[in-house]
Amino acid sequence: MAQLIDYHAILPELILSGTIMLVLVVDVFLPARRKWFAMPLSLLGVVASLVAVLTLLGSHRTAFGGMFVVDNFAILFKIFFLTVAIVVLSISLRYFREGGFYQGEYYFLLLTSFLGCLLMPSSRDLLMLFIALELVSAPGFLMVAFRKGDPRSNEAGLKFFLIGVLSTAVMLYGMSLVYGLTGATRLTVIAERLAIVSGGRLTLAYAAILFVVAGFAFKVSAVPFQFWAPDTYEGAPVPVAAFLGAASSAAGFAGLLQLMFVAFLHQASFWAPIFAAVSIATMTVGNLLALQQRQLVRLLAYSGIAQAGYILLPFALVGKDAATDQRAFSAAVAYILIYAVMNLGAFSVAIAVSRRSPGLLFRDFAGLGKTAPLLAIGMATFMASLAGVPPTGGFWAKIIIFNAAINRGGIGPVLAVVMLVNSVMSIYYYFAVPRMMFFETPEDTSPLRSPALVTAVVAAASLAVLAAFVWPDWFARAPQFSTLVGR
Amino acid sequence: MSGWDRSAITIATFLPVAGAIVIAAMPREKDRLIRWLGVLFTGAALVVSIAIAIAFDYGGRGGLQFEVDTSWISAIGARYHVGIDGISLPLYVLTFLLSFLCAVYTVRYVPEPGRTKAFLGLMLLLETGMAGTFIAFDLLLFFVFWELVLVPMYFLIGIWGSANREYAAIKFFLYTVFGSVFMLLGFLGMYFRSDVSAAPGFQHSFDIVALQHFGAAGGFTHGFQVVVFGAIALGFAVKVPMWPFHTWLPDAHTEAPTIGSVLLAGVMLKMGTYGFIRVALPILPYGAHKYAPWIGLLAAIAIVYAALACLAQKDLKRLIAFSSVGHMGFVMLGIATLTQIGINAAIFGMVAHGVITGMLFFCVGSIYDRYHTRQIAEIGGGMMQNVPKLASIFAYVAIASLGLPGLAGFWGEVMALLAAFSPASGLNVALFRGFMVAGGVGTILTAGYFLWMLQRVNLGVLPDRWKEHHISDILAVEWVAWMPLLVGIVLLGVYPKLVFGTTSEAVHGLLSALGLGS
Repeated sequence: MAQLIDYHAILPELILSGTIMLVLVVDVFLPARRKWFAMPLSLLGVVASLVAVLTLLGSHRTAFGGMFVVDNFAILFKIFFLTVAIVVLSISLRYFREGGFYQGEYYFLLLTSFLGCLLMPSSRDLLMLFIALELVSAPGFLMVAFRKGDPRSNEAGLKFFLIGVLSTAVMLYGMSLVYGLTGATRLTVIAERLAIVSGGRLTLAYAAILFVVAGFAFKVSAVPFQFWAPDTYEGAPVPVAAFLGAASSAAGFAGLLQLMFVAFLHQASFWAPIFAAVSIATMTVGNLLALQQRQLVRLLAYSGIAQAGYILLPFALVGKDAATDQRAFSAAVAYILIYAVMNLGAFSVAIAVSRRSPGLLFRDFAGLGKTAPLLAIGMATFMASLAGVPPTGGFWAKIIIFNAAINRGGIGPVLAVVMLVNSVMSIYYYFAVPRMMFFETPEDTSPLRSPALVTAVVAAASLAVLAAFVWPDWFARAPQFSTLVGR
Repeated sequence: MSGWDRSAITIATFLPVAGAIVIAAMPREKDRLIRWLGVLFTGAALVVSIAIAIAFDYGGRGGLQFEVDTSWISAIGARYHVGIDGISLPLYVLTFLLSFLCAVYTVRYVPEPGRTKAFLGLMLLLETGMAGTFIAFDLLLFFVFWELVLVPMYFLIGIWGSANREYAAIKFFLYTVFGSVFMLLGFLGMYFRSDVSAAPGFQHSFDIVALQHFGAAGGFTHGFQVVVFGAIALGFAVKVPMWPFHTWLPDAHTEAPTIGSVLLAGVMLKMGTYGFIRVALPILPYGAHKYAPWIGLLAAIAIVYAALACLAQKDLKRLIAFSSVGHMGFVMLGIATLTQIGINAAIFGMVAHGVITGMLFFCVGSIYDRYHTRQIAEIGGGMMQNVPKLASIFAYVAIASLGLPGLAGFWGEVMALLAAFSPASGLNVALFRGFMVAGGVGTILTAGYFLWMLQRVNLGVLPDRWKEHHISDILAVEWVAWMPLLVGIVLLGVYPKLVFGTTSEAVHGLLSALGLGS
């Protein structure tokens, strides 16, 4: 290793960090009515960072003595996170400009969170993982409580914070145990050393794994760490909820993938059944509670819990053979990617509708097919995709998981059946939204005007969801770029 | 192979989607233009499908024609494998015919609340889904087309349906999805147990033809066949619908707009029975043998139950809907016998039911359009005096539906019963003869309820309340939309070879692969 720091490898993060500083400083000098300039500035930084990531395509670099790795897995997720960042910034502009929020601070916090997201898939070390995870979460606590005048937003922030801190503490304790057992923080080294642990120390290792997983389970809102999600989503500003649903949970999964498929792979026979149980519980709880929702953001929160259950399912398939692991890994990644697209789309429509009816109850969507046909068609596409109904990308995302599960044999087909039943159940509540939009007549028949950026996001996301159905190859294959497993 | 041979069915299948896109791009105000575009695109697709039927080699030993087999989703080994054989062809052409006639009908009638653009767009999408199901020879492709019909039909019922439409729409959707997810599991199971390679680099295959060879050679274990046949049969049975999975059908049919009912009864139900013949029987022959008596039993129950239910109906459309359950019972009985005659009868029954019941729903739609009620008691009889032409056509189609010899409804039913007299070897003969008797009773009851319906609606004295209303008889657009079906009913009745000539080779090939080709 010629140099300690490979600056090219960390260039995207450097650019984003620079942007963060810049946004904070520039905000001070902007007059109140120009505060929104922070958004184009942030956007510029994110795009520059994305360009920097693209220059890294296909390379394999390490920095900081192997703590930080840029490989295909990392690049895939970085591109994904930066694209999500562009979307979240786009749908934030009007919302924060019109709502009378502190705009500079918001963009500062948002970008900081995304910096954590960028670090996450590159972190091959417990310490880095912890830093990345906290970098994602800590600004999130503040952003959730950004609607300061609304007690629900304060409650949301507090809940998110308390449960977040608790799970972080547990996770740190687990990490310290892992370090104590193996004397290492590097994931690959941990894997080697844990493989030869036995006896009472093995029991301790199992406990440590559970503790570490708990931290990430909070992030992805898996049962029993899901309680914060509905209240937090509902109380938070809608773009922040979109961020939590798409980027924050994806970051959690990215970290979880590295931990389980690299560091703890040899203990799969221990944790895979636990993931099976957690997956079943998460999807079932999410779906059952979602059935009773009458408010869109809460619905999306519960649906997010259910979807997290689906994404956790492939983890339960690990440990049979390398081919199965590879398939499970690909399935999880594919689902994370497509899920984020449809979820962001749904939140974007919610933002557009919230301009007229901030409550976002189901009945506020009545007749959207008439007042805003494009938004309504987009929303119907996202809901069908979340439910896994053709002609949408969500259909293939589910098929790929079924495929991996049934191929696994043993417990796999059982999990597939549970997921199938859950998917059917979910159709009922997902279709409640299109039903409102197309079957009911609106109270206010004047056309709903949607901000241009939001409309563009909705159109792009619907096209992406439909395109993913027609050419499933491109996203079914993307995860195979992964260099993480199957070595 | 010429370019035409390679692209014909792809063109026909996806023309409606192209039409939907074109219509979506039209401004909403151009209402008339949109309607004629619907006619144009369904018409063009129909022409292509007829050209395929003309170019089809009827002597060709039942193999696939117009076949295309190219890579599709390389990551999981699914292929775009489409083709057409004697079993697919009649149903394929029927799909395009009925869709075209529906588009013609739409030139005059767009149900409340209007929105022609969305209505036709969804109908065209539906057409592609239905047509694609009949030509797909890759299980995943088959499944995609199968599921593709759900969303358009959901909206057709939910937006343009009558009073209780939302309930009917979601019930239809959930029922069908529930069945089809188990079907999907079965498909995936077959994939992983199959030891054939249709694509380089894959040990398994979704290819229906490859799986048929594999299944016929005894590739799947008996236990596996019993489980998987159960799973996929559930998916197909909901769609058919077989008793006791039929409860979504009366609601969906009653609430759907006229063309929704026509396409639902005319084509969509056949997707289920087609699935049995195309996928379940040939790939899982042992499972088919094990389940055949049960399928036969459910079919026999369906025939009798539906006839009894029809006798109790007060709503004209609901009555026709229940009669569909009975007719599909005959189709399933034919399939359950696992014989050459039975399966030929089943395919004939599907086509005949598509033509007849499609036409019946057109009639009921037009009656409702004039009377604004579907209640038999409120119509109160006298249609023969009031609208003689419409009433005569209604009577003609109803009589065809009850299976009068010389009309289309006859052959499918009588041959299904005939097949039940001597089912395939290995099946319990006495049991199937019992089913035959039940079916025979069903035909009598069917005649009973149809004649009674005609008596209550057509005959009698016109009630006073209709006398001051001006009720018009059949319009030109209705003549155009209906004539092909009216002619087809006679044609199929007097010249059944139209269908049998197409199917028998393919059915023979299918059964001989199972070792049942005697």
